[in-house]
Amino acid sequence: MQTIPVLLTVATLTFFLLRLAPGGPFDDEKVVSKEILAAINEHYGLDKPLLTQYFEYMGGLIKGDLGPSFKYPNRTVNELIAEAFPVSMELGFYSIMVALMLGLGIGLIASIRPNTVTDYVPSSLAMTGICLPTFVLGPLLILIFSIHLQWFNASGWHFQSDKILPALTLGGFYAAYIARLTRGGMLEILSQDFIRTARAKGASELRVVLFHALKGGVFPVISFLGPAVAGLIAGSFVIETIFHIPGLGRFFVQSAFNRDYTLVLGTVLFYSFLIIILNLVVDILLVLLNPKLKFES
Amino acid sequence: MRLKTAIKTLVGVAVAFGFAVFMLWVVSGFGNRQSRIKDVTSKGILLLSNGTEPEDLDPHLVTGVPEHNIISALIEGLVSEDPKDLHPIPGIAERWEISEDGKKYTFFLRPDALWSNGEPVTAHDFHKSFERMLTPSMGSEYAYMLYSMKNAEAFNTSKIKDFSKVGSRVVDQRVLEITLENATPYFLSLINHYTWYPVHIPTVEKHGPISQRGNKWTKPGNFVGNGPFKLKEWRLNDVVIVEKNPTYWDADSVKLNEIHFYAIDQANTEERSFRAGQLHNIYTMPLGKIDRYKRDYPDLIKIEPYAGTYFYRINVTKPPTNNPLVRRALAMAIDREAIVKSVTRGGQLAANFFTPPGTGGYTSRAHIPSDVEKARNLLAEAGYPNGENFPKLEILYNTSEGHRRIAEAIQEMWKKSLNIDITLVNQEWKVFLAAQRQIDYQICRAGWIGDYVDPNTFLDMWTSWSQQNQTGWSSEEYDGLIREASRTQNMKARLELFQEAEAILMDEVPIIPIYIYTRVYALHPSVKGWFANILDHHPYKSIWLDPGEFMQK
Repeated sequence: MQTIPVLLTVATLTFFLLRLAPGGPFDDEKVVSKEILAAINEHYGLDKPLLTQYFEYMGGLIKGDLGPSFKYPNRTVNELIAEAFPVSMELGFYSIMVALMLGLGIGLIASIRPNTVTDYVPSSLAMTGICLPTFVLGPLLILIFSIHLQWFNASGWHFQSDKILPALTLGGFYAAYIARLTRGGMLEILSQDFIRTARAKGASELRVVLFHALKGGVFPVISFLGPAVAGLIAGSFVIETIFHIPGLGRFFVQSAFNRDYTLVLGTVLFYSFLIIILNLVVDILLVLLNPKLKFES
Repeated sequence: MRLKTAIKTLVGVAVAFGFAVFMLWVVSGFGNRQSRIKDVTSKGILLLSNGTEPEDLDPHLVTGVPEHNIISALIEGLVSEDPKDLHPIPGIAERWEISEDGKKYTFFLRPDALWSNGEPVTAHDFHKSFERMLTPSMGSEYAYMLYSMKNAEAFNTSKIKDFSKVGSRVVDQRVLEITLENATPYFLSLINHYTWYPVHIPTVEKHGPISQRGNKWTKPGNFVGNGPFKLKEWRLNDVVIVEKNPTYWDADSVKLNEIHFYAIDQANTEERSFRAGQLHNIYTMPLGKIDRYKRDYPDLIKIEPYAGTYFYRINVTKPPTNNPLVRRALAMAIDREAIVKSVTRGGQLAANFFTPPGTGGYTSRAHIPSDVEKARNLLAEAGYPNGENFPKLEILYNTSEGHRRIAEAIQEMWKKSLNIDITLVNQEWKVFLAAQRQIDYQICRAGWIGDYVDPNTFLDMWTSWSQQNQTGWSSEEYDGLIREASRTQNMKARLELFQEAEAILMDEVPIIPIYIYTRVYALHPSVKGWFANILDHHPYKSIWLDPGEFMQK
């Protein structure tokens, strides 16, 4: 498995790159005296030679200990990630569901009668979704559904209804891509011989689309899912900020600004691990759907 | 063949099922929306947006204002403050005596002061807390707040190792004696700061080494405090919830049942949530909304003077800014009124002096005038008539829309009146701080909020020994005046010394003051007992919620 060397490389590169950035975790507007800074650095081992710190960190990493957070003295990185990740995962899951439902739905409808109104309308919607960034769509949805209609809260992640607008915003963006991919994939499949055969045999249009064409048509969508999830992870920061969601995306970006070295490292490693696993899952799915691929790897 | 069909069917069923679950979930979402603001208000629950996630709730480790907002609900110090004008009132100490020379304070703790676990608050708690705050291994960044106590600095910087030499003495269980380095007239206001708060030592010891970071005592379930509220819940990067503390000595005066502190760090997110009826306040009014609220919701928006100054630091160690004539010219060529009226638009006060007026009864007489003619003459005198041969100057600021706009305005003013070219450079916050600390800039943007209500917190920054200086400037005369002021008991004489000091500052101009801060925020009309003051402190004991008042949209 390539996972371990990849993760170790990521850890090493990130560790040293972080230290290159000017400014440290304890730089603040109210300047701290040299003695206090020395005491703080001693506590966190920041006064040791860089290589020693590196080996100590790696040693902890192997045991699964991501170290203490510099910014939040009473928390460890493990605790922070453990509390924030499930939130991001939930957001991501709902967003993917929305993306798939909307995207597949719109793409299917568009592909049934190409170049007619039932194609143009959904396709234009998809194009708007791709062009509209999340930080525009989000506040727009909030303005309509929270402030005017008063159906939902404008922020928070406490009640079930809080999760709808964020999922729609993040999912909506990917729904647009999925819609176009589905339409493209379906159009390609629908023009093939075996489809004409099925129609000639008397199969209903619905059966043709859903049973015969869909499996091949969603192929590009599934390939897209791997990198899409990575994008969802990155994009979650914007959503989490707009909707005040206590997820990992916000911690990730804030920790970079805070020079919270251990938290940055921990989240980078965590995300790397996640992306590797997800790409593996996608590869497996693709092979299951098309056994021919097995020989192409 | 059979496997394929089975998989297809399975996938189909899964998708259909998933869709059904999804729809159920969507539909179930309606109806359990968070209680609207009316409901929470009638239950005595205050919902506050608090700026950012608190670093910690340990008063000996934190340095920020959002932390203060929460900690001041959970812990009380010897002395408290009047919610209207901030004058010192009894806290855990019911009375105190001050010696003739102003150096010894004896505090008498009230007998009914209890921790949230029922144990009495003792003088020993305070004494050990001071020790913890000053112990070098703690690395408390704010330890210098205790330096007015005798030998506190020496202990904190490891020059002495014996804490019994420090000016804190437990006379008996309920009497604490504090000895100061010098008579410090603002001492009673100073000790209202959270750095002087006690912690429950046995609780701290239970969860880790007492004078080290990484102690888990501040987690919900572990936290023990002596304030009007106790810690109920802490959802990271989300909300801190505190509830009324029945063991608080003055619990009868506390009218709120719960306070929720939301860590919303985006001003626009807060503003939307406020409009959606989820918050009683907007902590920071988004710049772009100030005019709209002033126009359409004047009863909601609050613009109040704040104990802070927005200014530029000047690196006085390198040319051309090592020449005081140049510095004075630059300072005089800024139209501060135009900046606060057209650029910042938040009701700020144009500042031709450094210390905010009225700080501890002090208003600076020294002014650096805004006078373009004089500025031009000074620049000519310095050897750059009409800006000829003036070297390139850079204004450094930390990345922010607001700072950029102010810098651009000043850039234009200097070009128009002095005919000099300035470039603007912005850096990310930490990079900027490092550059400022190393004096690796020519002119840089800065801000300073006072720690307590006395001109000393603004003027002792510019001494040669202050960490906060960061300009390379020093003046023996200035140092002498500040030192003498710290030893002077007579308030009038003391303020005169500060006047002289500020006059030197405005003459030599190592810093260019621009405006005095205001706090621009919004408050729901149902919140009562909330008063404007220059530290923006709102003791929760005096706050109550009136369900009779509601926002007309």
